[in-house]
Amino acid sequence: MKLSNPLRKLALTTALSSLLLTGSAFAEDTIKVGVLHSLSGTMAISETTLKDTMLMLIDEQNKKGGLLGKKLEAVVVDPASNWPLFAEKARELLTKDKVASIFGCWTSVSRKSVLPVVEELNGLLFYPVQYEGEESSKNVFYTGAAPNQQAIPAVDYLMNDLKVQRWVLAGTDYVYPRTTNKILEAYLKSKGVPAKDIMINYTPFGHSDWQSIVSDIKKFGSAGKKTAVVSTINGDANIPFYKELGNQGVSAEQIPVIAFSVGEEELSGMDTKPLVGHLAAWNYFMSVDSTKNAAFINQWKDYIKNPKRVTNDPMEAHYIGFNMWVKAVEKAGTTDPDAVQKAIIGVEYPNLTGGTSKMLPNHHISKPVLIGEIQGDGQFVTVWQTNKLVDGDAWSDFLPESKPIIADWTAPISCGNFNTKTKKCSGQNYK
Amino acid sequence: MPSLIFRTHLKTSPTRFKSTPFRLANSGVFKRLPRFIFSLMLAVSLPSLAQSPSDFNQALDLLRQGSIQDREAAIEQLAIEPQSLNLLQALQDGKLFELKAEAKLVIAQESNAGYQLSDALSSAALGEVDRSAVSKINLNNKLRGNLRKLIGQLQLNANDADVRLTAVKAISKEADNKVLALLRQRLSIETAPTVKQAIEQILLLQDMDSADKAVRIDAINQLKSHDSQDVVNRLQAMTEQNSDGEFQEADSDIRNLAAAALSNIQARIQAYAAIETVFFGLSLGAVLVLSAIGLAITFGVMGIINMAHGELMMLGAYSTYVMQQLLPNHLGLALIISIPVAFLVSALVGVAIERGIIRFLYGRPLETLLATFGVSLFLQQTVRSIFSPLNRSVATPSWLSGSWQINDFLSLTWNRFYILVFCLLVFTALLQILKRTKLGLEVRAVAQNRGMARAMGIPTAKVDAMTFGLGSGIAGVAGVALSQITNVGPNLGQAYIVDSFMVVVFGGVGNLFGTLVAGFTLGIANKFLEPYAGAVLAKILVLVFIILFIQKRPRGLFPQKGRAAEA
Repeated sequence: MKLSNPLRKLALTTALSSLLLTGSAFAEDTIKVGVLHSLSGTMAISETTLKDTMLMLIDEQNKKGGLLGKKLEAVVVDPASNWPLFAEKARELLTKDKVASIFGCWTSVSRKSVLPVVEELNGLLFYPVQYEGEESSKNVFYTGAAPNQQAIPAVDYLMNDLKVQRWVLAGTDYVYPRTTNKILEAYLKSKGVPAKDIMINYTPFGHSDWQSIVSDIKKFGSAGKKTAVVSTINGDANIPFYKELGNQGVSAEQIPVIAFSVGEEELSGMDTKPLVGHLAAWNYFMSVDSTKNAAFINQWKDYIKNPKRVTNDPMEAHYIGFNMWVKAVEKAGTTDPDAVQKAIIGVEYPNLTGGTSKMLPNHHISKPVLIGEIQGDGQFVTVWQTNKLVDGDAWSDFLPESKPIIADWTAPISCGNFNTKTKKCSGQNYK
Repeated sequence: MPSLIFRTHLKTSPTRFKSTPFRLANSGVFKRLPRFIFSLMLAVSLPSLAQSPSDFNQALDLLRQGSIQDREAAIEQLAIEPQSLNLLQALQDGKLFELKAEAKLVIAQESNAGYQLSDALSSAALGEVDRSAVSKINLNNKLRGNLRKLIGQLQLNANDADVRLTAVKAISKEADNKVLALLRQRLSIETAPTVKQAIEQILLLQDMDSADKAVRIDAINQLKSHDSQDVVNRLQAMTEQNSDGEFQEADSDIRNLAAAALSNIQARIQAYAAIETVFFGLSLGAVLVLSAIGLAITFGVMGIINMAHGELMMLGAYSTYVMQQLLPNHLGLALIISIPVAFLVSALVGVAIERGIIRFLYGRPLETLLATFGVSLFLQQTVRSIFSPLNRSVATPSWLSGSWQINDFLSLTWNRFYILVFCLLVFTALLQILKRTKLGLEVRAVAQNRGMARAMGIPTAKVDAMTFGLGSGIAGVAGVALSQITNVGPNLGQAYIVDSFMVVVFGGVGNLFGTLVAGFTLGIANKFLEPYAGAVLAKILVLVFIILFIQKRPRGLFPQKGRAAEA
């Protein structure tokens, strides 16, 4: 079940058949697990790794004897970074392949596209990437960070430890940065930061000409107050951004940039010289010193047969999510979605940074928050971390409209957006 | 929100200080006893000694093994000794390592097999070791800031004027009395005008706090001509009101003088900002021209809609990556060699595309578009399969990074500057090829009248292949330039294909000068719009403008005239 053959990769990208890799002859004796990650197109850069991670985890589980006495079988499909195709492929996985659960998606827009499908067909989706919150579905488990597990602690760190007074919120122009920045702006204002000390900037996907923006940031930051950039700039646009910062002489000591989307994997494709000293907030770093992490890294390098490959935060999210699902299925004794949804709440599994994460009633998990400084070798050195795990909060407390909303999928509430004031449960639209 | 408490990484215990002599004896320093004693003697013999040698060694130990907080204290201690300059600088550059086997600090330079070591204090060469034998001494931003200051103090009397200038700038922030005394001392013997001016400025800024009004007025009058952010911030603060409506500066004479000085400087800042925007526009324009110029040949001269143009640029960028992998120790050389290499690679692929696909589709633009779009997907996925879907890291040689700092308000980045020059060179070279070579003559003949050219004995099929190859090769060369400013990944081409077509159509199909003018015009327009409209809207506005422009003048800025235009 490996995709080592380049021809197969080629064939996959044509996206004509989702069933290339499944042996239908064994279909009866296995539990199928859907892997819904883009293997071609813009997002392939990030998502291919997650597909490989899932294959590794499934492989390992099978070596341990499978699940409920059956072998697990991965069904890999390629939604090709095409958002509507994500919905189609999810439908195919649930109706045609009858997978027990789906692990997948990266961008919020792809998750939003899959959401109605898994709700309609009552499937299970494990979503491993940090996101903007303001969502909790009965059928989705959010194993990445909610804003209160990444963005808010990062801002706290800058404010309290680095004494930052002026803020640049720079992001790519789509739903995750816009919502995150809305939450951060509200949070900063609640902390007494005046509006003139907040600069918000959006750029298109894959923006490569950062000259004027960096020049503006430099001017904004030279007014005598300590300034920091909170970056929700997505993927590819980061390299030219950091290069321009370096070239215009903006160093991490003067204006540190804290990023929410730059991890070890992204750094491996960058010339890290201009980035040294800049920050990132995650729930996991490859450099974290723990026996579990060391074992995971070795397993990954062995599996992928490349000693230079790195691990990153969404990989850990899949690791936790997959193992929680396995535990829940064992607990329920079946892969039936309703039974698993009930069983998984409260399930605990040790994460790779030394704590034990727990699946919460709002379908988010508890995670530690780590802040790291980028080093010349593309790794992070942890400079700050929360002293205990932080519970994921689906609905931000810093936006007035979502403040009274909570998510709780246990009885008696059993609702993804329950208004504690009106005591009402509304559908996806809480307004 | 759960409470977030800072977790200190205090690993060292107080006992470590006490046990240091034993630790030294047990550790590898003992093996290096002769050098140890020598440095001890050297330290003792120095008359300016402010601390005992054991303090110094303790600091070294602390730096090597301590937590980040310990390191802060350690570098303060080390900076008292002028001999630690080398060590501190290595620390700042990330070149200070711990040699694990001997438990000592060394400076390590990356080499082919591992690291080339030298002694941290004496700089004596210590041979080469494997990567795993050493571990790096890590820093954080606070430490880097402190280090910069401490190194600045040590380098204030360096021989090189540039080093002194950096040193002065490093210590100018939050200058205390000790630093000011050092600066005054330096000023009295300073000869280089740039350093002199920098020190004077710091002292003048201090004079603004003086009790004597005449001194303050004099300071403001002198600072009026300085293009410095510190001066602007200071003057700004003087003219501002606090929350109660009271001015920060009580004396109204001084305040008015400061306001006048500020507006004086701000007028200059605006002029600098305009220059900067034009430069940004030109450099964006240069990137646009570079990426469009190959297309100007294939689309403009030959009329082929080549959707794989972006991927040909991508191949050029990957050629740079491969060259850098082959010559890991000569990044600059690899970059220069990759220019002809990228040209050849892309040109060959281009010729193959032309011979294999496009020549069967001449005169069928829609089919050509679809076929080349397929080729572009094929090339992308090929690269993904060979190099992985991840971006590849192309290093920037040092002469291409950094900027030309004219003053605090105006600096031009080197990579953009070189790309601008490179763009003009490529353009001139292409123009000369088309004007002065036999190939150029044939290309123009075939473009003007294919039938007549064939009648004159020109092998049109061969010329077609060569022209397409030339256009593709230029795209590859553009890819080399792009590798220096953007990601080298399978999607590189897609990001530039729309822009390229935009420039060629706007400039007028079939006109190289049109492409040049159009690229620069769009670049500058984009950069002037960006501060007002934001990056997203600026791009939209430019596109809307082009749509309207094409409505009015469908043949672009410089339409082809004469019989060729009707063909």
